[in-house]
Amino acid sequence: MPQRFSFSRLMFWVGIAFLYVPMLVLVVYSFNESRLVTVWAGFSGKWYVELFQDQQIMTAVWRSLQIAFLSASAAVVLAILGSLIMVRHRNFKGRTLFSGMITAPLVMPDVIIGLSMLLLFVAMGQMIGWPENRGMLTVWIAHTTFCLAYSTVVISSRLREMDRSLEEASLDLGANQIRTFFQVTLPIIAPAIVSAWLLSFTLSLDDVVIASFVTGPGATTLPIEVFSSVRLGVTPKINALATLIIAAVSLVAIGSWYLTKRMNDRVSAQLATS
Amino acid sequence: MTSDELARKDGRKHDEILLSIRNLNKYYGNVLAVDDTNLDIRQGEIFALLGASGSGKSTLLRMLAGFEVPSSGSIMLHGNDIAHLPPNERPFNMMFQSYALFPHMSVEKNIAYGLKHDGMSKDEIHDRVQSMLKLVHMEKYASRKPHQLSGGQRQRVALVRSLAKHPKLLLLDEPMGALDKKLRTEMQLEVVDIIERVGVTCVMVTHDQEEAMTMADRIAIMDEGQIQQIGSPVDIYESPMNRMVAEFIGSVNVFESEIVDDQENYMVLRSPDVESDIFVGRGVSSAVDDKSMLFALRPEKTFISMDRPDKDKNVTRGVVEDIAYLGGHTVYYVKLPSGKIVHCFLANTERRAERPDWEQDVWVYWQDDAGMVMRS
Repeated sequence: MPQRFSFSRLMFWVGIAFLYVPMLVLVVYSFNESRLVTVWAGFSGKWYVELFQDQQIMTAVWRSLQIAFLSASAAVVLAILGSLIMVRHRNFKGRTLFSGMITAPLVMPDVIIGLSMLLLFVAMGQMIGWPENRGMLTVWIAHTTFCLAYSTVVISSRLREMDRSLEEASLDLGANQIRTFFQVTLPIIAPAIVSAWLLSFTLSLDDVVIASFVTGPGATTLPIEVFSSVRLGVTPKINALATLIIAAVSLVAIGSWYLTKRMNDRVSAQLATS
Repeated sequence: MTSDELARKDGRKHDEILLSIRNLNKYYGNVLAVDDTNLDIRQGEIFALLGASGSGKSTLLRMLAGFEVPSSGSIMLHGNDIAHLPPNERPFNMMFQSYALFPHMSVEKNIAYGLKHDGMSKDEIHDRVQSMLKLVHMEKYASRKPHQLSGGQRQRVALVRSLAKHPKLLLLDEPMGALDKKLRTEMQLEVVDIIERVGVTCVMVTHDQEEAMTMADRIAIMDEGQIQQIGSPVDIYESPMNRMVAEFIGSVNVFESEIVDDQENYMVLRSPDVESDIFVGRGVSSAVDDKSMLFALRPEKTFISMDRPDKDKNVTRGVVEDIAYLGGHTVYYVKLPSGKIVHCFLANTERRAERPDWEQDVWVYWQDDAGMVMRS
């Protein structure tokens, strides 16, 4: 059926192109035979082979994944504790101040977080001798800090929505506070925990600014590695790496979208019942 | 009624006290939510706390459950003060207004939840869950999740979940609050039936007087944190202690009046709203100097007639101000010469009988023992 020309349809495609053409170009050039990024010289997968042989990049990938995993996990655990205090403990005096402060890193520029973290680590290193020098540990701590802010927002809003009488029912039926938390509260806020973890994981994987402040020798993360190698000229190897990252991120995004949709459907069906 | 049922009704009557609430207070900041309350709950009865929102009834229930800690006072169970025990250490279970069924657990797991914390064996738990499901005819739904059940089914599960541990006291928080009107009436009788079959003592909170009167053996009317009156539904309706109770339960016509004559077996009152004397077929034998009294009359005991009734007391003239035809009965709003509006119910026992019309002059009258007298 011939579609009538409409302005909104045109703008839709312009918008899509604006978002995706750059990535498409990158993906296409990752299969370029030539060493020169902008000159097409035929199809080849050789840059992928070279990428996997590049020890430095592969180490950086592995390191970044480790840091992202650890940061996301630590941030989510702390965010659950923080959310419980913010939402559940009404007689906690500094609640409003605490709620405001815990989300401050959301609006703070990365440069400031990175710099202040660096100064803190240096000062601590001089005063108490820990952390001795900067490396994976300091990147992990710094990433946990800012991921914590995002995770808390996600988890606490879910906790606020949850019907309090569910926890009361559990106590009433003889479970103590700890059991109530693990058997009732945790399963119900699980979708929020999963999304908070995924969000933190991607944020950590993506960060270059904060990491470059607090990282040290032998702890170069992938974004920093890419950033510094690009300064020497973009090789198609980076294109190949970027293509793989795009593929991985798309898979994770689609997967998590599907997962949260399924969980939310279930939960909203459950919420409709109560 | 079978002999079995009769025996149970008799069993209810014995006055053994299960729970005593003494001088219970609850402050929220400076606000007094429950004010120096004393209350005895008898073994085996269904007791309703009835009041408007903010009357303190829910706070009282939550203190019984252990979700609120009293500011002062005691809750005595078998001679032990349990006022400060946490909810998980009290032998009480509660059915929540929202039911609070765990959405991630099946019906079976929901019911077994409380039993697991009692250290029962797997077989015992299974048997108990089955017998509970049987009680509400829900055996087929054991593996369903709560969101796959209808409102009435969810309520049944919530009820047996709170009964599964054989609590000494069952607490019901607005038990029918989440149901629509038609289902409500049905479930009220079903819930009472189950509670009686199990024989558990029950305290319920509700703002719905019909629900309280249908379900409860005794009712406490609460207002501003205080219990105004405790009694059977008949006591509360027919002999309210004060104007607040009379007006809260059903509708009522209240006349401010003065005692003219007060004898042992009768009393005569005079009210500016009523043209004749008001004759009450019993005395209050008050030694108080204060002569002012409230005379209250339920609309269904206030009769309306187009002809002058043959009596010189308990009768007054009026004009029909408004008519509300409700099918089963009609409510007439009659304006007395003083300007006061009186409600009268007229049961529609005949189809299309001749009835008073708008603006018609009528007579309002009542029997000697129909009215209630109150000090305040």
